[in-house]
Amino acid sequence: MRHGEHPSGAADPAAPDGPSAGRVGTEIRVSALSKVFRGGQSETRALDLVDLEIGAGEFTAIVGPSGCGKSTLMRLIAGLLPATTGEVSIGGQDVSGPHTNLGIVFQKPILLEWRNVLKNVLLQTEMRHRNDPDLVDRARALLAVVGLAGFEDRYPHELSGGMQQRVAIVRALIHDPPLLLMDEPFGALDALTREQMRIDLEELWLASRQTVVFITHSIDEAVLLADRVVVMSPRPGRVERIVDIDLPRPRGLAARKHPRFTEPVDMITEIFLARGVLHSGRQGPKLAAT
Amino acid sequence: MTAAADTPAAWGGVRRLLVWVTGVRYILVSFIVLFVVWEIGVRVFAVPTYLLPPPSLVWLEFTERWLHVLKHTWVTAEEIVVGYVIAVVVSIPMAIAIAYSRVVERTAYPLIVFLQIVPKIAIAPLFIIWFGFGFTPKLLLVFLLSFFPIVVASIAGFKSIDEETMELARSTGAGTWMIFRKIRLPHAMPSIFTGLKVAAALSSTAAVVAEFVASDKGLGYLLLQYNGDLQTPMVFATIIVLSIVGLIVYYAVELIERLVIPWHVSQRVDGAGMGMV
Repeated sequence: MRHGEHPSGAADPAAPDGPSAGRVGTEIRVSALSKVFRGGQSETRALDLVDLEIGAGEFTAIVGPSGCGKSTLMRLIAGLLPATTGEVSIGGQDVSGPHTNLGIVFQKPILLEWRNVLKNVLLQTEMRHRNDPDLVDRARALLAVVGLAGFEDRYPHELSGGMQQRVAIVRALIHDPPLLLMDEPFGALDALTREQMRIDLEELWLASRQTVVFITHSIDEAVLLADRVVVMSPRPGRVERIVDIDLPRPRGLAARKHPRFTEPVDMITEIFLARGVLHSGRQGPKLAAT
Repeated sequence: MTAAADTPAAWGGVRRLLVWVTGVRYILVSFIVLFVVWEIGVRVFAVPTYLLPPPSLVWLEFTERWLHVLKHTWVTAEEIVVGYVIAVVVSIPMAIAIAYSRVVERTAYPLIVFLQIVPKIAIAPLFIIWFGFGFTPKLLLVFLLSFFPIVVASIAGFKSIDEETMELARSTGAGTWMIFRKIRLPHAMPSIFTGLKVAAALSSTAAVVAEFVASDKGLGYLLLQYNGDLQTPMVFATIIVLSIVGLIVYYAVELIERLVIPWHVSQRVDGAGMGMV
């Protein structure tokens, strides 16, 4: 497995051997990571001395308020942005340019409007110079898993937002990466679609057990999906707490009633209350009265 | 379109023609009404033909001299096509260079903007001094007028790609050429065609203006000749032929657009396909 490939290199991660192959060597180590954005006279410290370890095959959710630098953290892990100070390593290798042995899903589906669903999925492998015909079958099979069988020839503008995001997820999985980075992938979807996508994503993940870094601002979503939830403070982003989630899988719909769901949700909510990210309803009027 | 599968190809053609006729029927009707009102008006008010000839007379005179007009049309058409093609060949690579290189952007782009601000029609007489009365000055003016809209629209097309698309591309480890071929170029195509169509509309104007300045052939020359002789029916005929040349150039570009980026044309809902009519 090769790491830290630069965009100019014809990088191509070793072909995976099976659903569980290649998961080792994807442990992520983030140490003393800071990121400062400079724009003219002003400086914005997006991340401040973040330390984090994510085990191979682990599903980690990063939850925090808007602007806490969680998306920046994901881009630094992916090697898409250079760190100001500190280091990121994946599988023991320093990330110094775009890490290519991964799949990424963004908040927007960013499908190419001139390609149909199947070809949008296959963009991933074409860009990696992989053109074996088996990939077409794999793409069709994955599309079927996410409920898009029969939509292979449709164009993005013919699909709903949820369907487009499913295509984006399949595109991130087609080359069977051992690492999956997701930046608020369900953020633009309505609540019902979001719940279904969450259930479907867990199912996909249970079948192949990638190392997942899942960025979200939804506490529920983080707890329902992740093995561990990294709670981030408001800007400049730091790791406030790491909460282990001990819910049996598959979690499906029932997990919401489980006490091991409500406990961590309450705990994280408390953290955000303490940090002023959230205000309780009773406090609001009281503050207004004084 | 489920019925299309079991109908013979000929019927498909007929149906497409019918659809086309239905599509243009309003335009057709308005043109017929225009000509009829014009014809009747001129005759009723006995307008002298050197001021405003009736359409029937325009047609009659044109049928007598059409070969002569056609000869000059060919000259103008050649100026338009050659100048336009050179503009396309030069401007698209230049747009790519500007979009990809900061240095080129900072050096070449201000110069291009400056050239655009200079009224090109005003420098047409200068071309006569430099290049004489022949083909070259006309070609240059067509080139100059077509060049700018294509460059500007293409730069916008190449640059308007969003950051996340580029991040996705970089995460695959793909090289610059691969990203250009698979993402940037197709992404820029709709913008490029917008520029190409604007340039196509300008190119016939440019050719005629260049011919006005100094020439011994072409539709611009012919127009001045007929104008000088007060042969108003033939002035009208020449203007109509000139408009038809312009329309053909424009629709040729639009046809190419339909063939090259059908995915974009089929999505367009603003009816820009009829833009020129």
